[in-house]
Amino acid sequence: MFEQTVLQINDTNSIMHIRQTARDLAKLLDFGSADQTRLATAVSELVRNVLQHGGGEGTCQIENQSDSYQDKICIIVEDEGPGIIDIDMAMQDGYSTQDSLGAGLPGTKRLVQEFMLTSEPGRTSVTIALSRRRQ
Amino acid sequence: MKIPVLQLKGILLTSIQAELSDEDALEFQIDVLEKVQNSNAQGVVIDITALDVVDSFMARVINETANSISMLGAHAVLCGMQPSVALTLTEMGRELIGVDSALNLDKGVDKLNDVIKGLELTMDDYQANH
Repeated sequence: MFEQTVLQINDTNSIMHIRQTARDLAKLLDFGSADQTRLATAVSELVRNVLQHGGGEGTCQIENQSDSYQDKICIIVEDEGPGIIDIDMAMQDGYSTQDSLGAGLPGTKRLVQEFMLTSEPGRTSVTIALSRRRQ
Repeated sequence: MKIPVLQLKGILLTSIQAELSDEDALEFQIDVLEKVQNSNAQGVVIDITALDVVDSFMARVINETANSISMLGAHAVLCGMQPSVALTLTEMGRELIGVDSALNLDKGVDKLNDVIKGLELTMDDYQANH
């Protein structure tokens, strides 16, 4: 089992590969099918954001942060694109640029337990995490 | 990857059997629409049992395909959505899927036939009264 892997985002083929890697880890850690799908979908949205708005290239780090108390997957998606000018606005439902019509960041946020976004011109980073207490 | 679109009497059956890349999804969209036009079909059943991720892009493709099928004068029914996919789409919000849907292929075909029958009845009614 990997503890951490960094995958490159460079074209739409990356989307399938990266979200599958995230799902595989969730499966391995025995997350239920709803959580597996939530995570894979959230990752799909974030990677797509990088391709559409984040300059088209970036990285996705998938990390297993499980310990004796909980199973936890932490994912960091980063790009060096133009950045999000108004984060508050980007986090409002219904906001979308470039006619992407995607569920955008607020929709993605609702799928995971932790969500953190930092952005400045030349560097945008989104961290999401899914965790579950060990039985 | 080419997704087969089969004709069965007056309807088209298509089943997405694997995860689609964006290009595949867009190709599928135009394929189905052309098939609707060329086949004179009254409806299309789109089976997505095998999709375990439907993100906002895929949802939009499905939505647009169904709406375009309506614009051609046929009717689309989506079937076989995985429970976890339905849950995720609902949680993401914004009614990503606004398409007529059914539990499985069987029920999808039934539903489509009902719709087609309903349309024919309405048409008979219309003709009887005019």
